[in-house]
Amino acid sequence: MNLLLAIDWALLIEKLILIAIIVFASLGIALYTTFAERKVAAVLQDRPGPNRAGPFGLFQPFADGLKLIMKEEIIPNTANKSLFILGPGLAMTAALMSCAVIPWSSHIELFDRSIDLQIADINIGILYVFGVVSMGVYGIMIGGWASNNKFSLMAALRGASQAISYELAMGLALIAVLMISGSLSLKTIVEQQMGPGQLWNVAYQPLGFLIFFICAMAECNRTPFDLPEAENELNFGYHQEYSSMKLGFYLFSEYINMIMSSAIMACLFFGGYDIPFLNESTLAPNVAAILGVLALLTKIAIFIFVFMWIRWTIPRFRYDQLMNLGWKTLIPLALVNMLATGAVILWHQG
Amino acid sequence: MSTTEILFFFLSALAIFSAIMVLVSKNPVHSVLWLIAVFFAISGHYILLNAQFLAIVNLIVYAGAIMVLFLFVIMLMNLNAETEPQKHVWMKLAGAVSGGCFLMVLVSLVRQATDMQHKTALMKDGNIGLIKNLGKALFSDYVVPFEISSVLFLSAMVGAVVIGKKE
Repeated sequence: MNLLLAIDWALLIEKLILIAIIVFASLGIALYTTFAERKVAAVLQDRPGPNRAGPFGLFQPFADGLKLIMKEEIIPNTANKSLFILGPGLAMTAALMSCAVIPWSSHIELFDRSIDLQIADINIGILYVFGVVSMGVYGIMIGGWASNNKFSLMAALRGASQAISYELAMGLALIAVLMISGSLSLKTIVEQQMGPGQLWNVAYQPLGFLIFFICAMAECNRTPFDLPEAENELNFGYHQEYSSMKLGFYLFSEYINMIMSSAIMACLFFGGYDIPFLNESTLAPNVAAILGVLALLTKIAIFIFVFMWIRWTIPRFRYDQLMNLGWKTLIPLALVNMLATGAVILWHQG
Repeated sequence: MSTTEILFFFLSALAIFSAIMVLVSKNPVHSVLWLIAVFFAISGHYILLNAQFLAIVNLIVYAGAIMVLFLFVIMLMNLNAETEPQKHVWMKLAGAVSGGCFLMVLVSLVRQATDMQHKTALMKDGNIGLIKNLGKALFSDYVVPFEISSVLFLSAMVGAVVIGKKE
């Protein structure tokens, strides 16, 4: 009995509901991102795109999902069975975990409680995201290795080395932002950009944003950085042996990663749930919170569109070009950016 | 029992079970994955001690980077249960005895250390582990060791590049 009393039940229920909403909303948005991808590709290639299922083809993602579930589940004979199943699960979990520290909006007031629209405001928020991102590599590596196929293994090794290389430049670009904000909590970073007379961080860190954006694209394995998939040299990359919903998990986790990295870029550089040219404190808290969520979702949608735009415009890099770009261009640039930011901050302090 | 105690026992059980599985697993890839589980459990302990920075850095550096390198090596060498050399039973016994002796020395050392006696861990309310305090301590009290260790890392990096260079 004593044990039951020790837990703040209202808080627990509130957080569980919030987690359920955010996870299901992310999955739903990811579902429609796959649809958006096909539509954007269609527009860029001057063709109609999926338009048969439902009005304007709006039910297409459900048809795709049903198709994936209905397909035969094949586990290769020579595969390592437990790890073969663990791989897609890990990829999906790692993709969803980063939503815990993203501030979706300020707080709403409901039933006399002030509910923060963020699952956990921990004071190492952005480092947590980096920890989760580095876990994402395991989904690819384990899946690729367990398939027991040399193309899968090569793709997995490529994917892992790409992720590690670009994480470095990403971290260095991030340090410059953290020097300005002086905090690792995403909520604090967003609130600083919302203050009156404050510009978004992208105004102070244009180069940092560019580096971060390129690295985010590489981390999500999006074209032009989709070397782990590289259909025409590695057949289908690390998920070649996968079928049915396990393949669906891999494909789906890429879209969730895209949403999460867009959300993080919006929070770090574009003011998160800040609505430009509007002082939110003049609005009622609930209205401001809902408008804030919409503002953040709009920013995420814009980033996702840019991701797709680039995918259907630019061809894939060669592997040595990818490594050269990461190690010889982005990392030195990020270092210079970091030093310059530090110097300017010192100069301002006098 | 409070929530903290339940979490403590759960994490400890997880850490010990995973550590045993690291040793028992025949497949080296499984061993590496169990080792990652150990790091997660240890990070959980750090969080219970309110050392959030240490917890996440443990995950990023050990679970995220070093273990990936382990996996790389194991996958490229294609080690598996069949090719693993079988040790003689006497070797195994000798290993167990010497390992057990070492464990006894360690346990008695920890039990008798004056730093450990009559001290309780600060659960939830110690804040030296938070990044702000840790950074201040590192860059004011311990700035010389900190800088020296960075030179050490630099020399290791240069060494790796020199070894890795062709010709």
